Amino acid sequence: MTELICIVCPKGCRLRVDEARGFAVKGNSCPRGAEYGRAELTHPVRVVTSTVRIAGALHPRCPVKTSAPIPKKLVFDAVRALDGVRLAAPVSAGQVVVRNVCGSGADFVATRDFQLSGPRP
Amino acid sequence: MLDLIVIGGGPAGLAAACSAWEGGAKDIVIVERDKELGGILNQCIHSGFGLHYFGEELTGPEYAGRFIRMLNDTGVRVELDTMVLDITEKKEVHLVSAAKGYRVLRAKAVILAMGCRERARGAISIPGSRPAGIFTAGAAQRYVNIEGHKVGSRILILGSGDIGLIMARRMTLEGAKVLACVEVMPYSGGLARNIVQCLQDFGIPLYLSHTIVDIKGRARVEQATVARVDAERRPIPGTERVFDCDTVLLSVGLIPENELSRKAGIEIDRRTSGPVVDENMETSVPGIFACGNVVHVHDLVDFVTAESRRAGAAAAAYLARGEKPEGGALELKNGDGVAYTVPQKIRRPGAKKSVDVFFRASRVCGKSTVAVRRGDAVLAKFRRDRLAPGEMERIALPGALLEACGSGSLTVSVEEGSE
Amino acid sequence: MYDVAIVGCGIVGAATAYELSRYRLKTVVLERRNDVCDAATKANSAIIHAGYDPAPGTLMAKLNVRGAGMARELCARLDIPYRRIGSLVLALGERELPPLRKLYAQGVQNGVKGLSLLSASEARTLEPHIAPGVAGALYAPGAAVVSPWEYGIALAETAVQNGVRLLRSAQVRSIGRIEEGWRLATARGGVEAKFVVNAAGVFSDRVHNMVAPPDFSIRPVRGEYYLLDKSEGARVSHVIFQCPTRNGKGVLVSPTVQGNLIVGPNAQPVEDRLDVSNTAEGLDFVRRTALRSVPSISFRDNIRNFAGLRAVCDRDDFVIRFAAPGFLDLAGIRSPGLSAAPAIAEYAVELLRGEGLQTEEKAHWSGGRKKVRFRELDAEGKNRLIRENPAYGRVVCRCETVTEGEILDALHSPIPPRSLDGVKRRAGSGMGRCQGGFCGPRVLEIMAREYRVAPEEVLQDDDGSWILLGETRRGGDADA
Repeated sequence: MTELICIVCPKGCRLRVDEARGFAVKGNSCPRGAEYGRAELTHPVRVVTSTVRIAGALHPRCPVKTSAPIPKKLVFDAVRALDGVRLAAPVSAGQVVVRNVCGSGADFVATRDFQLSGPRP
Repeated sequence: MLDLIVIGGGPAGLAAACSAWEGGAKDIVIVERDKELGGILNQCIHSGFGLHYFGEELTGPEYAGRFIRMLNDTGVRVELDTMVLDITEKKEVHLVSAAKGYRVLRAKAVILAMGCRERARGAISIPGSRPAGIFTAGAAQRYVNIEGHKVGSRILILGSGDIGLIMARRMTLEGAKVLACVEVMPYSGGLARNIVQCLQDFGIPLYLSHTIVDIKGRARVEQATVARVDAERRPIPGTERVFDCDTVLLSVGLIPENELSRKAGIEIDRRTSGPVVDENMETSVPGIFACGNVVHVHDLVDFVTAESRRAGAAAAAYLARGEKPEGGALELKNGDGVAYTVPQKIRRPGAKKSVDVFFRASRVCGKSTVAVRRGDAVLAKFRRDRLAPGEMERIALPGALLEACGSGSLTVSVEEGSE
Repeated sequence: MYDVAIVGCGIVGAATAYELSRYRLKTVVLERRNDVCDAATKANSAIIHAGYDPAPGTLMAKLNVRGAGMARELCARLDIPYRRIGSLVLALGERELPPLRKLYAQGVQNGVKGLSLLSASEARTLEPHIAPGVAGALYAPGAAVVSPWEYGIALAETAVQNGVRLLRSAQVRSIGRIEEGWRLATARGGVEAKFVVNAAGVFSDRVHNMVAPPDFSIRPVRGEYYLLDKSEGARVSHVIFQCPTRNGKGVLVSPTVQGNLIVGPNAQPVEDRLDVSNTAEGLDFVRRTALRSVPSISFRDNIRNFAGLRAVCDRDDFVIRFAAPGFLDLAGIRSPGLSAAPAIAEYAVELLRGEGLQTEEKAHWSGGRKKVRFRELDAEGKNRLIRENPAYGRVVCRCETVTEGEILDALHSPIPPRSLDGVKRRAGSGMGRCQGGFCGPRVLEIMAREYRVAPEEVLQDDDGSWILLGETRRGGDADA
């Protein structure tokens, strides 16, 4: 029996996951919590957020996120995959920045719009 | 004379302006000091926003983006790069910008949505030297997320509220070593999920009931000393532990930014450091409303949105019907176990089916009952499995019940233990 | 070869440079740090004392009274904030009335105008928040509060505008006698001067010892402070002192010229002449002691703590005399150093003249300066300024309403700042309740842009205090 805090929503339900009984989950307030409890002990995943360089925009950095949670063990590799990326404005929220991050099937996408703007005054 | 001026173009101001527009107000201006709308959400690149309001988990910029797009469908005007310097009781708003100079705009109604600021080192008088490398968590977040700078390599974080926890993860992903998160209370101030995904995921230790008692370093931080504290939060000699670090991030509290509210003569609640408001988010000055972190520091932007939409709708209604009717207000008092409630007053209880009252518990409690009393009589009870000061709570009081009270006061209190 | 080399550009060195800049002389000031007035001058109680404290007959007494008399006009000419709010020394009980009367008599003897002894009720009428046990007070209407770093910077800037040369990051390492005067070896090369003025603050004994046998020694005494939010700025309206002790004037509570409340200092001897750290014990002592005179101070509204080092030496008076022919010590200048500074400078020039310094007045000397303070202008003034330069329309420091125009003024001033704190001391950004949390990143960006340096080269204060470490990187491995 493993005790976990569910991270799916801000409630943070205290889960009890029984590995011996097919990862049955107790303590969840919703079905997503049960799903999380099972996954966290078998193949934990995380959404990753970070930034990449962008030229010609209001700021020098554009925020990105993975389009779906990726295996937890790939998180640092995923972030490293952003190192050489250079976007150019304009950019729209949802635009793919890195496809199929570390073979996970998820992409890194931009999470905001940036118009083309000149150098800041 | 404008219909409505909204001070602040972050999540609160955006939601309030949209809602006021929907409510029929037409001549609306949002005044925003930054170069873009979105407020603090622009630098909150992590996800966790919008689960309640949109039913999906969004990052800060995405959440802001939804409202900015909504705003674009309205006729609300926006003045960027513009700072409000003063506001009077007569709703004269003094503002300044490079493009338009110093002006005074008059409006029939004003919505205050200025957000909050971070407490600095001086607020807790951390001893030691004052080298470079000490940042508030929000300032570091701006440097890293907006401008792409590296603020440090070996980091100690003081404060386990959400900002501190989020920055622990952020700095780790950016290649820094986060040595520890230190929290003076015996419990964390942030969401439990953030303890998991920001500290436990990366093996970052959390020291509860500890604080920083010394910082060393001439030009740049070199060391920070942490000690355990007693029940009165005083450091216990002999429990010191030295961390070799080059950076200290302070996440030691947020303060609603009410300099302007004070200038307008608005009554401020010392418990929240924000304006006293009624169920419509109207302040003590008729026609001036307030919403978001400027009223009380929120944990979830979804609640900011709900509150701000209420303020916007109320402002539109105020514009349509004029001065609000006189009449006694029902005062909400904080009883045992409750730090504060927002609203602090309820003016027209029968007008709504129910009134949402937000409050914060003053200590961590297990299974508890939240009781609303008029004198000794218990009017309503709500069960909760767990309460913590770091997690804002909401109870819904039926309008009919409140109407029956007339004026006077109600007390909200928390009793631990199930019945 | 210079006529005069001044070692140290704190308030004393700056005031001396200002005085010398009136004359047709080649003057150089050598400052060890990367900015002027960055040591004791910026970390003190910010008070122009009336002059009843020093013992009669001392230089301290004479120069305090003279300097305090000069301050108002000088501050007006230099356009720096000065408010004559008066001071009260409280007798916290009947026992303290005799020392209070002694202080009064001393003040009269020193030539201080307007002193009076107040009864408990008179004191309370002036100051409703003072402690219940107050038995009486010494009232000095002439005491004032200033911005000490602005005072020093303005003196130094004006000196530089009038031809004085300033070398920063130029610590003096040794001084040798040469035929016409002195040769100083500094971190930025050698300098020769006929006369030397030693205004080296906590290091003034070491500088003295470079040219003469040890005569006095400096043992720095650290004083720690609280600076409270402007919401506490009206807690009292005068400078509130307690009766002085052997260690000095004790813990005071005072409004500042910016509208905050300052509380402190304690008096702790320290070994390290650069140790300006705060301590739990020191702050606790300050807090407890201050509450004895003003019990209602709300310390939860503290926005900053800091500390300064007094150049205390083993003499009862300022050390103002020649260590050697042509080498003038202005040493051991502790309180009332800020108050006395312009008078010390005046006296120094008189002494140098006596030793042969030729002081021919310049035909054109501009001893004043004007500073733009956006928040103090009326609507028309603000708009005129913005029309001239739109940068004045962009507010960068929200807490103190400091515009980009004023930050640019600071960055391009006669003594350009080398750090964010240097900008703060000139433009006021970062001085407010959020302590630079909001404006810091913005000022840093402006500084990097204006000085055409990378953001990671911008300093917090003195050399080596870089704020950023470069561009953010990725990876799971921690840096070494």
